[in-house]
Amino acid sequence: MSEEKLIHKEYDVLVIGAGGTGLRAAIAAAQDKELKIGIISKTLLGKAHTVMAEGGVAGSFGNVNPNDNWKVHFRDTFKGSYWHGNWRLAKILVDEAPERILELERWGAVWDRTPEGKILQRNFGGHAYPRLAHIGDRTGLELIRTLEEHIIHEDNIDLNMETTITKLLVKDNKILGAFGFDRVTGQLIVFKAKTVIMATGGLGKLFTITSNSWEGTGDGYSLAFEAGAELIDMEFIQFHPTGMAYPPNVAGTLVTEGVRGEGAYLKNSEGERFMFNYIPEKFSKDYADTEEEANRWLEGDENARKPPELLTRDVVAAAIRSEVAAGRGSPHGAAWLDIACVRDADYIKKKLPSMYHQMKTLSKLDITKEAFEVAPTAHHAMGGMRYKWDTNETNISGLYAAGEAAGGVHGGNRLGGNALADIIVFGKRAGDAAAIAAKTKSFEDIPQNLIDEAIEVTLAPFKEENTENPYLLHEELRDMMTVEYGFSTEESLTKAKKILEEMKVRASKCGTSGDRAYNPGWDQALSMKHVVQVALLTIESSLMRKESRGGHARGDYLETDTSIQDILYVQKRGPNGEIVVHEEILEPVSEELLKVLAEFKDDGYQYHGKK
Amino acid sequence: MAEYNYNLKMSVQRGSGEDISMVNYEVEVDSKMVVLDALHKIQTDEAPDLSIRWNCKAGKCGSCSAEINGKPKLLCMSKLSDFSETEVMVVKPMHTFPLIKDLVTDVSWNYLVNKKIKPFSPPDNFKDDPKMMQQEVDRVQEFRKCIECFLCQDVCHVLRSHQRFDVFAGPRFMVRLASLEMHPLDTEDRIPEIKNVFGSGLCNITKCCTEVCPESIPITDEAIIPLKERVVDRYYDPLKWIVRKIFG
Repeated sequence: MSEEKLIHKEYDVLVIGAGGTGLRAAIAAAQDKELKIGIISKTLLGKAHTVMAEGGVAGSFGNVNPNDNWKVHFRDTFKGSYWHGNWRLAKILVDEAPERILELERWGAVWDRTPEGKILQRNFGGHAYPRLAHIGDRTGLELIRTLEEHIIHEDNIDLNMETTITKLLVKDNKILGAFGFDRVTGQLIVFKAKTVIMATGGLGKLFTITSNSWEGTGDGYSLAFEAGAELIDMEFIQFHPTGMAYPPNVAGTLVTEGVRGEGAYLKNSEGERFMFNYIPEKFSKDYADTEEEANRWLEGDENARKPPELLTRDVVAAAIRSEVAAGRGSPHGAAWLDIACVRDADYIKKKLPSMYHQMKTLSKLDITKEAFEVAPTAHHAMGGMRYKWDTNETNISGLYAAGEAAGGVHGGNRLGGNALADIIVFGKRAGDAAAIAAKTKSFEDIPQNLIDEAIEVTLAPFKEENTENPYLLHEELRDMMTVEYGFSTEESLTKAKKILEEMKVRASKCGTSGDRAYNPGWDQALSMKHVVQVALLTIESSLMRKESRGGHARGDYLETDTSIQDILYVQKRGPNGEIVVHEEILEPVSEELLKVLAEFKDDGYQYHGKK
Repeated sequence: MAEYNYNLKMSVQRGSGEDISMVNYEVEVDSKMVVLDALHKIQTDEAPDLSIRWNCKAGKCGSCSAEINGKPKLLCMSKLSDFSETEVMVVKPMHTFPLIKDLVTDVSWNYLVNKKIKPFSPPDNFKDDPKMMQQEVDRVQEFRKCIECFLCQDVCHVLRSHQRFDVFAGPRFMVRLASLEMHPLDTEDRIPEIKNVFGSGLCNITKCCTEVCPESIPITDEAIIPLKERVVDRYYDPLKWIVRKIFG
């Protein structure tokens, strides 16, 4: 192995991932000009999956409804998490989101405005008041562009674009760096680092129908697991209720919740506005049960309750599935979403320009004139690497995590708009903490055996005996997960686990042809190992949680079980690479925040299931 | 719904450096697919190492720019039903940028240009009172729809035919400069650089960039022409020129 020519790079802080989390973390760390920061991006700068976020970023400014404040945002977030989120993290999220949003404006983001010239806020599922700062329906693009335009002027940040990481280098539970390769040249690189931030995003590519872009193969979870990091809440995966259902090759592409925020409603094949039939008791105080009341709300009547189309994502997704199962689906097994009957064409084009454009181009449909088909699509992983609430550090010394790669903030279900808030709030916090820690550390030598192992793993797809087609294996896995995880019973999950164990062997035999320079087959072969590992983590924790809660729906345990609300399934690598799970109890909510929650006692459902 | 299968003949540019050739493939497709789907099929079935840069497959990230039958397009937003079923479809990388391999080009020059643009500079009191009216930011928001696919750079004659990379920033960055110059709260004087560093005068308004923009940004009419006008106002207005000569 030693004949391999390696490039060596050194960074005080290495940020893996260049979506919103990674860029915000790098900017934070780079404020200490004595530090050198490296960013690893799987793609070109400014192309990460964050650009796909549409609806907005949540912050309780109260610009549209002055009743909004951090307390309501905290209640909505914690309740939306099915009381399973980490309350300390939820509190940080709601406290710091407004300042992070204003900061982006000072850096050049141009949010939509209220008539008074303030930041306009829009309604979203699970949020009591209009709370999402937005720019039409391309908020994620604005966020990433603003961070990109900021980062190009930070001279102590070094960008490694189109670079793949294949191994985290860890010794004695301490991070030493990472190993990877430059996809353009195919050259292997050793990144030595004092601290490493995992900003590696999500896992949508486990499923056939997903809103996630190419990168969402769960590399980060798998790399961290392999290195010994703890993962939590991997059973909670959010299916966004409205993905495009047609045509098949774009099925899953997101239709922003902003469409419903602007008043659109869901209909079944009989033309019935069915969401009125699916209001869970815990939300009954907040949602209108007649069309008349929902219409009054849309016209701005403060005494009216919200339309049920704006229930949390898990509820809306389940409702669409039920309608389709009952034989009331659209031609492509979906529901109809109609904005044309609520808003005029100019308004739709102004507020939802990219939806208008997307449907017009890909489906040849004019959403200002007709309803269109939508169905649930794999969207967001609530779970991920566990980190300490005050520093974002994982159980591995010097390894930090934030954003979708990390778990804890969103518990059983994430509210729309809280992901963009999460990435800028905890991206910054991770960057700050990693920078402070890097100041106290020195570079350490990386043992040769770790590098040799990394080379072996990285180059395996070029071995002649490795002939498994990684593209076909991926298709097979996604189809399997869509069925077995979607069905989700003891039997289906056990079956999935067995298939995945076989796929794990096949993934290790994935190969490619050609040479190392810009070879997508190489990357695909390597990512199969991650996809299989992350699928196994998801299935294992889904087997553990014998209840339905938020993004975790078990066909054989339909009810939410209050007695396991506070139980956390923590997954970690065993000595032979197997998954070892142990249970922990979530920290009880502080006295202070219990008082805050008590202010909302008109709710049908309270913390710890108390009515 | 009419979905039907047929065999699409594709001729795809492969290779790097001096070793470039057009390779023919026959791909079983259905009419609802996009060109990127057909290329993925080639990757899966025949050529795992076929280099394509792509990411979101929803027209939002601007990664998969290439030239289909000579026209700059996003591969993910080009529906097969808009092309002939019988003629050979020719797919090549963007012509204007250095080739890396197959359909992937080196677009790093764009990032270097972007770095030369001074950041947004709000007034000192912006923090306390960040107010802007919607009508003041409408045009700026239109510019900020750009997904940086660089198709406008690819098609621009100044760059494509004359390789004036050293003196012209290209339509993409004229749009970015316009978004800053027309920002109601930007305090930076950008006109001298728009003229001298970024070369606004070099655009001869053929509007090719506007035609290829997947976001339909009115690049020429709303960004480049107004910037040219501002430059003319500053430097070539005879009255102002005299006033400046006399009063400095």
